[in-house]
Order: sequence, then C-alpha cells, then structure tokens
Amino acid sequence: MFEFPEIIDIPLAKGIDAGMDWLLTHLDGFFDAVGFIILQVVNGFEAVFLFLPWFILIPLTGLAGWKLVGKWKSGVTFMVMLLLIGSFGYWDLAMRTLALVIASVFFSLLIGIPLGIRMARSDRTQAILQPALDAMQTMPSFVYLIPALMFFGMGKVPAMFATIIYAVPPVIRLTNVGIRTVEREAVEASQAFGATPRQVLWDVQLPLAKPSIMVGVNQTTMMALAMVVMGSMIGAKGLGMEVLIAISRIEVGQGFEAGLSIVILAIIIDRITHSFSEKK
Amino acid sequence: MAESKIQKEPSQDLTAGENRPQVLIKDLWKVFGRDPKRVLKGDLSTKSKEEIQKKTGCIVGMRNINLTIGQGQFYILMGLSGSGKSTLIRNIIRLVNPTAGTIIINGQNVTKMSGEQLLQFRRKTFGMVFQHYGLLPHLTVLDNAAYGLKVRDVPRGERYARAMRTLETVGLKGWEDYYPGSLSGGMQQRVGLARALANDPEILLMDEPFSGLDPLIRRQMQDELVELQEKLQKTIIFVTHDLHEALKLGDRIAIMRNGEVVQEGTPEEIVTHPADDYVQEFVQDASPAKVLTAGSIMEPAKVLLYAWEGPKTALTLLRANKRNAAFVLDKNHKLLGVAKAESLARLLEQEQVPERIPQSSIRVVPTVKEDTILEDMFSIISDNPYPVPVVTGDGRMAGIVTTDQIFESLSPAEGDAHV
Repeated sequence: MFEFPEIIDIPLAKGIDAGMDWLLTHLDGFFDAVGFIILQVVNGFEAVFLFLPWFILIPLTGLAGWKLVGKWKSGVTFMVMLLLIGSFGYWDLAMRTLALVIASVFFSLLIGIPLGIRMARSDRTQAILQPALDAMQTMPSFVYLIPALMFFGMGKVPAMFATIIYAVPPVIRLTNVGIRTVEREAVEASQAFGATPRQVLWDVQLPLAKPSIMVGVNQTTMMALAMVVMGSMIGAKGLGMEVLIAISRIEVGQGFEAGLSIVILAIIIDRITHSFSEKK
Repeated sequence: MAESKIQKEPSQDLTAGENRPQVLIKDLWKVFGRDPKRVLKGDLSTKSKEEIQKKTGCIVGMRNINLTIGQGQFYILMGLSGSGKSTLIRNIIRLVNPTAGTIIINGQNVTKMSGEQLLQFRRKTFGMVFQHYGLLPHLTVLDNAAYGLKVRDVPRGERYARAMRTLETVGLKGWEDYYPGSLSGGMQQRVGLARALANDPEILLMDEPFSGLDPLIRRQMQDELVELQEKLQKTIIFVTHDLHEALKLGDRIAIMRNGEVVQEGTPEEIVTHPADDYVQEFVQDASPAKVLTAGSIMEPAKVLLYAWEGPKTALTLLRANKRNAAFVLDKNHKLLGVAKAESLARLLEQEQVPERIPQSSIRVVPTVKEDTILEDMFSIISDNPYPVPVVTGDGRMAGIVTTDQIFESLSPAEGDAHV
C-alpha cells in the first residue's frame, strides 16, 4: 500500500563499491605491505605456540593461573581444561587460534591505546571517534569479512584485519574513559609542578587509568576471540574451521568439542587478563 | 632581596609595610562558555552574573579582580563555594587561563607566557597543595614528596635526600616507604605539603588544604603551618571557606562573592569594619577576641619604676600617683616585674636601705607579646591582679592591657563607636 518511493535512491552501496575499487587499484602496494607485516607477526606467534610442547605450556598456564588469578585452584582448573582440549585432538588448532587472537590483540592495542589517549586529550577527536566506534561495534561482524577478503585475499591476514576492526573499540573507549576520569587534582598537581604533557601522561594519567585500560584489554581480547572464529570462514585455520566443518556435515558431537575448546580458551584468557585490571 | 624591599608602589596600601609586592593581579576576568571574550565587550560587562548568563549562556567565574600580594604574606582568599576563589588560585598558576587581565609575579607577566616559559616558571616559583591531596597512589610517600623534583630532572640521589628532609619537616619521618592509601587524611595532606615544599618554592598555593580533615586534625595542621611559616617566610596564597581558619592564619584576607572581591584587608579590619551586609553576615559569629591583639588595644603605662632608682624615690613616686604597685624596668627598658608599695616601705624600715630596688622585692608577672590575641589573655587576667604588661620580642616594655580595656574592646557597641 505505502511502498517507499523508488525515486528516492541514495546510491551508498555503489559509492562504497567504487571507493573500494579505487583503493584496490591505487593502494595495492600499501595493502600488500600491511598484509606482510601482519602475516609476519601472526606467524611469529604461531611458531612460538606450536614450538612449545603441551607438557610445558600446560604447567605454565597453571602457574599463571595460580600466581596471577591468585588461587591455586584456578591454576589446577586451567590445566585440566587445557588437557581436555588436547584430549579432543585440537591442541594444534587451539594454538593456531590462540596465536591469531594474541596477534590481533597486539595490533588492536598498538592502535587502540594511542587513539584512546588522543581521544581523551581532545573533545573534538572524541566527538568524531565516538559514533565511528559505535558503528564499528554494532555493524554485523560478517560485513568486515568482505572488504578484508578484497584487500588481502584468503587466509589469516584478512581474518586478523576484520578481527582488529571488530575488537579495537573497547580498548579505545576504556583508555579514553580511564584517562578522563583520573582524579582532576592529581593531574593538576603534576601540571602545577611544571610537568610537560608527556610527563603528566606517563606519571599520572596512564598509571591511574591502568585498571580501566586493562578492562578494555580484557574486552578487546574476548571480542578478538569471538571474531577469530568467524575468520575461519575466509580461510584462517583454527578451532573455528572445525565448527564450520561440523556444521556442514551436521556432526553435533564434533561441533560441540570444537565449541567447548573455544569456550575453554575464552575462560582462561578472560581470567588472566581480568587479573591485570584488578591489581594496581 | 633586602634592598628591593624599599621599592613600594605608593598607591598600594600594604599594611605589612615592608612587604614587596610579589603577585599583582590586574583587572582579571574569567568567563566560562563559548566565545567568552564577547562578554567583556560593550556594556555587557557591567551587567549582573545572572543577566550575562541569560543573554549569552556564559558563566562569569571571576569579575575584574585586582589584588596585590606582598612577599612573605600569608594571603587568604575566602568565600563560599562558587565564589571564584578556586578559579582565582588556578589562574595564578594558569591551570586555568584567564579571559582577560594580567597577572604579574616577580615582575614577569604570567598571562603572556608561552607553554615552555610557563613550565619553567611553574617549576621554580610554585608549590601547590590541594584539597583532596592530589597524591599519586601508585608511588610511595617518598616518591610522592620527590615528585616535583623528578619533574625538574633533579638526579635521584639529591631528589630523595631533599624529599626526606621535607618529610621530616612535616613530621612524616619513618613513613617514606608507605603508600598514600594506607595513610590517614591528615598524614596524606602532610605528604602533599612536603611535596610542595621540596621544591623550595617562592610561592605556596594552597587550595582548601584542610577542608577535608577532622576538626581536631585541622586545628593541629593550622598550628603547624603557622609555625612552619614563621621559619620559612614564604608567600602563601591560601583558599578557604572557613572564616575562623582565615582569621587564624591570614595576614590579609580577600573575601569573594560571585566572582568578585567584596572586601580586602587585615583580619582585624574585616571583623571590625565589614564592608557590606554579606561580609557582616560572614563575620558576625567571629569573636573579636580571636582577632584583636594586645598590641592593638594596649596603652602606655602611666607609672613606671626603674631598677636603679632607690626604694625611697620609687615609693614617693607611687604615693604621688596614688598607686600601690608599678612595673619595674632595667636600664634597657626590659621588664623585670612588679614592685609593691608595701614591700618598698618594708625596705625603708631596714637598717641599711639598699641603693636600688633589690630583685627580691620585685615580683615576676606573666607577660604577653604584641601579637597575642585577646582570647589567649583571658587566663592571664583571671588570676592576676595587675594589668598585663605587653613586651616586645626582646623583652622590652611596650605597654599595658587592663581588664577593663579587654572588656571594652570586646563589647560590640564600643566597636561601632570607633567607626
């Protein structure tokens, strides 16, 4: 009855497509370079995790659980959970997923913390970034996979690219909020003694914002883990791929094992990064 | 410094006359909001705070402030919250930038300083103490106290040595390895004070430093600050909303309301001659006994005896003036005590009358200094039949205060009669 008039047609999709074409033809070299760097980093992490045998990594995780989370029970639980992954036969895949997550988080922090600092220092930057961050987080995560695929082809690199875009907002936001909510007088005290903006940042703002920033790191990590699983759809090897295979073959049991392994990684990573935000 | 004390602007009325003006504030405005400068143009600047806010949306934080703060003065900025006192102290160090006007400190125009100049100026001129201490919770007490020195890149060894010294000054020796979070409020503020003093600043800025403390601790900190200031002789600019604190600590007080200075003067002037109803209301419960000093109400003693006079001369003098006792001074005008007529008469009955009034006939009496406030004299007059002698720092007689004088100066009617 009341159909939307067809005359009103804003060609956003066409514009974006044209933009993509332009980027691909003119900035091809740039994307190659970025892709190369990303690949080197993730391969580095992967090499480390695949090199470390399970009988070393499991006790190490146990120790981390005990020392960082603060309870020996946590350490034991972590070890049992990792043994479970191994018993499913997913050890190597879990390590690949872990490497992807850690590499993505590495880049997310590299981008996110300086941006968060920028945002905290300028209301203007905040006004511009805030809606962009909202959009990045609400956009269905699959949407990032398409341009990632076009820029970098199949494999780990596009998966990480999409992951970084999806996972970076929390650390930017919480760095911004953390710095903005540092007690005003502590900052003023530093300034009153003639501290430069850099001294104020390193002596006062970052240390006092650390708990908040670490919450951001925790959230970014969890989102990266969720997205890395999606990344399997464009060819990143890991636990996510097993889930995909299980779906296509309708194998409930295998899907559950792979899914549970992801949950276990999530729990361990969450508890350990969470412990950083609790300590001062 | 000493020779420059002479240069005194004739227009500046500095009660403590020897003080060289160190901080000059001229026509200072602070307007918060968009495009604040437009408020200062045309006749808008003469309108009330409310009218300006209604017309432009801008809030006037400070309006046309003019102050002169002398070197070594303990200067109080007093007012209720929102009166602009905290904005003013932050303008002096440019944590907040003024909208218009000039601030001149040590002859340098602070309002014109560029970023780097300002940093250097802050480093060598100021120490600041904050209401909520503004300490860094992740650093130890020692590192906190040394922070101002660290900012200036003072080498670690010297930094800690100096910080230790100031921690000792504020009574925190032995606490240097603790974290601020484990200290009480009073002790945290001592750390704040130590941090401000470690730089050996010329000017100490204190923004309601004791407002967050318990009354007993607050009084103790005030006393210690007074004591410290006697030693250090810094210029202190001190913000408070507490009149009693202002009267107790200040050499001069500026009372602010709605961003304006409504009265400026010594504590005594403000209590005895409040400029308007607002100040009147502020000071009405302030007892003059806390402000008036012995020096301000004393009068010269009419009859004085000198130790080298013989007892006979002394007695004659007393009888001629119909007194039965008088104060005795030595040749340097130092007060020795009181000699009574009856004990002088007893001397004359002796076989050998001494040439001078002997020490044994002179009774030592309690004395007060010129700056002793009346409140502190109550206990002396209550168990002393004589007027209270006022002596200078080196013990010379300056005048006397009688019980009648104290009561007269404390009665409100008398104060009005002076106006």
